[in-house]
Amino acid sequence: MIDVTGLGFRYGQTWVFRDINFSLQAGEIAAVLGPNGRGKTTLLKSVMGLLQPDTGSVRLRGRPGYVAQRAEIAFAYTVIDIVVMGRAAHVGVFSAPGKKHYQHARQALAQLNLEHLAGQHYNRLSGGERQLVMIARALASECQVLILDEPASALDFRNQDLVLSTLLRLAKELDLAILMTTHFPQHAVHIADYALMMQAVDEAQWGPAEHMLSEDNLEQLFGVPVKKIQIEAGEKNHTGILPLFSH
Amino acid sequence: MMQPVAVAGRRQQHLRPALFSVLAVILIASALLSLVVGRFAIPPSHVAGILASQLLPVDPWWTAVEARVVELVRIPRILMAGLAGAGLAVAGSALQGIFRNPLVGPQIIGVSSGAAFGGALAILLSESRLLLVGLAFACGMLAMLVVYGISRQQGRASILMLVLAGIVTSAFFSALVSVTKFVADPDDKLPAIVFWLMGSFATASYDKVWLIAVPVVLGSAVIYLMRFQINVLSLGDEEAQALGLKVERTRWIALTAIALISAAVVAAAGVIGWVGLVIPHFARMLTGPDHKLLIPAAILIGASYLIIVDNVARTATASEIPVGIITALIGAPVFGVLLRRAASKGWTSE
Repeated sequence: MIDVTGLGFRYGQTWVFRDINFSLQAGEIAAVLGPNGRGKTTLLKSVMGLLQPDTGSVRLRGRPGYVAQRAEIAFAYTVIDIVVMGRAAHVGVFSAPGKKHYQHARQALAQLNLEHLAGQHYNRLSGGERQLVMIARALASECQVLILDEPASALDFRNQDLVLSTLLRLAKELDLAILMTTHFPQHAVHIADYALMMQAVDEAQWGPAEHMLSEDNLEQLFGVPVKKIQIEAGEKNHTGILPLFSH
Repeated sequence: MMQPVAVAGRRQQHLRPALFSVLAVILIASALLSLVVGRFAIPPSHVAGILASQLLPVDPWWTAVEARVVELVRIPRILMAGLAGAGLAVAGSALQGIFRNPLVGPQIIGVSSGAAFGGALAILLSESRLLLVGLAFACGMLAMLVVYGISRQQGRASILMLVLAGIVTSAFFSALVSVTKFVADPDDKLPAIVFWLMGSFATASYDKVWLIAVPVVLGSAVIYLMRFQINVLSLGDEEAQALGLKVERTRWIALTAIALISAAVVAAAGVIGWVGLVIPHFARMLTGPDHKLLIPAAILIGASYLIIVDNVARTATASEIPVGIITALIGAPVFGVLLRRAASKGWTSE
């Protein structure tokens, strides 16, 4: 669904990243990890087509849907107003969405169990609800590729769980290819099939998440020693990633 | 139509017909009232008779002078004021959506001052009404481009940059207006330019009604048809682009319609400030930000507002006050309050 080959981007003379290669199939989730300012968001925007890359190419099969890190809405739109805007690509220049488009929007809200929020003002929602509404808007656009910038990073534990498990479910149920950035290796371990480690401008490694998210790789990436721990709770095995902070 | 789900949504939907009925009644009432009010007093029963005689054959119980005042002076004047108010309110609503900032208006964005120069230049060059509209439109559009070019950085325009760019551009075009005044013939062209610039409906005629009606109706229709696209644009360029909207194309169609409306209003009635800023803000408080409801509400409120303000302009003192003075006296303080409140909501920073 996503094929990225030799992708490079620079601001002026300074390369942000160079020669990034990966490909992601339907139903798979990939996490992009790297220190702050490494160009994770720039990478997502290049894949999305919002930025024009300087080298390489991106091939997307199917529509991409984008969920930005922090969507500031200037006006007090209701949730259904926001979600129906996901239909923008399907509505002509001089027309407005009709019944059919509103049905798509309601269906998208239903997929995320958010029907009850349809008439609420978006700006009054909690951070977790806002994130889910933005995902619903992407779904309303009938996207097959979902690209998210730090979808769970600014949320509390319960909402992190809600957003991550929702993404996991959507990848399976709707056969979406999901590409997301995250500050938390824990999130990647939890849901990602693949990981892209953006170590340096010329050094980005792609591979199966289990293999890539090793103690050594993470220590190299963030410059902090990391321990991986296995915990059995209930029926499940959990992998914890613990940074060993210096003080 | 969509089924209301949440309580908030349902309540709003039930209120909508009532809201629009009230606004329509206010507009009709203010228009009818304006036929009666004036320094030349005409009793309401006479006005009613004159209106009825347009459709039914009735024996006049009014004087011929009264009929002429109503038919040739007051009706075109009310139509012009209503169209100008509606046009400015629509232009302002769309601008606020496109710049995702409820503190923008045709004046701040430079259209008015550009159009003023275009109009003054047209008066200097010829007597043609068409040239007046054409040049007002061209220069209004040019001024808007300049403000837009100065204020946008990385696809975003902060209100501070917009206001500053607007001040710079308006100052420049005001200087150009002064140049046209300076070179104008003081016996003939100069008074015409000065009088026109003051902004007034005092010289209303059916000619001028057509001059303003065609661009306002056309421009407003385009903007109403684009109500959904303007909603999407109000999310910001990047979001809109990610949603698959052709951002640049959509924005330019809308901005052209806005410039057309603003220029027509300036061409017909001079510079009438603040209506396009204050009325959309007020309308949004009643309908919410969805342009599907906001634009019709702005039309009704804007038309009523300018009709009422024009009544004040022509009756408050022995000689007429230019209507632009009154809208500024009301609008500027209101803008001050809005600016103050907006600072706490972050509209000033982005």
